[in-house]
Amino acid sequence: MASATLTAPARSPRQRRAGTGSTLTAGSALGLGIAITWFSLLVLIPLSAVVVAASERGWSGYIDTITSPQTMAAVRLTVGQSLLVTLVNVVMGTLIAWVLVRDRFWGKAVLDVVIDIPFALPTIVAGLVLLGLYGNGSPLGLDWAYTEKAVFLALAFVTLPFIVRTVQPVLEELEHDVEEAAASLGANRRTVFRRIILPSLTPAIAAGAALSFARAIAEYGSLVLLSGNKPFSTEVVSVRVLSFIENGSTASAAAVASLMLAVALVVIVLLDVLQRRVSRRA
Amino acid sequence: MLSVPTPLKWLLRILAITYVVLLVAWPVTSIVREAFADGPGTVVDIFQDPQVVRALSLTVQVAVQAVLINLVFGVGISLLLVRYRFPGKRVLSALIDLPMSVSPVVVGLSLLLVYNGRDGWFGPTLEEWGIKIIFSGTGMIMATCFVALPLVIREVVPVLQEIGDEQEQAARSLGANSRQTFWRITLPSIKWAVVYGVVLSLARSLGEFGAVKVVSGNVLNQTQTATLIVEEKYQSFEQSSAYAVSFVLAFVSVLCIVLVSILRPKESVK
Repeated sequence: MASATLTAPARSPRQRRAGTGSTLTAGSALGLGIAITWFSLLVLIPLSAVVVAASERGWSGYIDTITSPQTMAAVRLTVGQSLLVTLVNVVMGTLIAWVLVRDRFWGKAVLDVVIDIPFALPTIVAGLVLLGLYGNGSPLGLDWAYTEKAVFLALAFVTLPFIVRTVQPVLEELEHDVEEAAASLGANRRTVFRRIILPSLTPAIAAGAALSFARAIAEYGSLVLLSGNKPFSTEVVSVRVLSFIENGSTASAAAVASLMLAVALVVIVLLDVLQRRVSRRA
Repeated sequence: MLSVPTPLKWLLRILAITYVVLLVAWPVTSIVREAFADGPGTVVDIFQDPQVVRALSLTVQVAVQAVLINLVFGVGISLLLVRYRFPGKRVLSALIDLPMSVSPVVVGLSLLLVYNGRDGWFGPTLEEWGIKIIFSGTGMIMATCFVALPLVIREVVPVLQEIGDEQEQAARSLGANSRQTFWRITLPSIKWAVVYGVVLSLARSLGEFGAVKVVSGNVLNQTQTATLIVEEKYQSFEQSSAYAVSFVLAFVSVLCIVLVSILRPKESVK
């Protein structure tokens, strides 16, 4: 599975950051220089340009852009639906991870592969396939296209793998004897789950939730065809940024984009903290 | 191990399967139905549409170049992060993950602000030198590199940590230079991680939409990629060809995922 790709705790930051490793040689210093130059040109300088462009019109201009009714509506919709999707993922993701690790049934391997599809499927195709089942002419008799439900569906689709893939490896490595010891000491199933299993899963669930929230806030491609992008109703933040870009008002685009960047940064810091906690437990 | 009573076990199993089927499996199979609704002709026909063929070949070119760049950068930076000590290492390793959570639209915007030829930071100078980045293949490759950046690194770093550096040190003490050590010792042991990283990056790169849409300008027949053509075809009511191109894209990405899942267990058996 593509678990390592999605799992924040898959690598242990403590090891990576501990004093191991040698000091730089001439060759590796040159390599590091080239790598950092490329990384700066590709990622760091462009992202700082967003912050600079956002500040160009001063604080009041920035606030005006962000608090315009249409932008506020987009922010409310995006944050609201992302929180809802993350909540659903916390429950369903943990449940699916549990079933994948602790249950045995025919077709489990297929289920395991299907979980990764949202990660690899092009987002525009994801929107299109959901439209096929939940849009006009749906075999289920639902017509959710161009509604808030469509936004929820798209976000739930693209964020499905995150919590499953962060919780799964932790669940696999849990020591069974602790559970058995607790049970033999008279703890009932609910107590074992609540007091033994859940606490060891919590950091992984939190890391997955952070990733899934960040991804939901950032999502664009799957919403283009599915949500209809109606202002004040189904327009999400990234669509708002794109329409600013297309209208040529890059300063406004940058202002809204800087908000999204702030969310991304908070999530990165949060993950860094959580990763250390997960690796301490592992 | 915590024993789950059978009714609850079935309930959990059915819940998990129903959720995944309704959200992923059924919608994804519906694309096959849509694409082949009028027989296999629609899918065959799109390979005769010069606009689609050009878009597909552009997509492949951009993706392959982006994957190659990310492969070299990813393996290099993973080695540096795991095997060497330098100031700012922790910040760098956290920042490397940033592209995972930045919106593709923001990625596009950020590249636009720096490299556009009119008022970008570097754009006008670069255009004087004859290098055009925005609205050209270069910008599309950069945007694709940006979004797929952490994938190789996330696969390679844990494996490098796990194998340790004893073998490398042994090779070096026996007189191997660093190039020999890399090709003979390090690379063979991270081979599979690199393969997964490349396959996943390829899937991600072929499917990139938002960032490419912003930097490419979506110029018909020039900078239009396969994902952009899906949007255009769908919105101009050529739904059957939109579904046909989507089928091709979905087929390749599902193939990538299946490939990785077939390859992966081999390594864990070792």
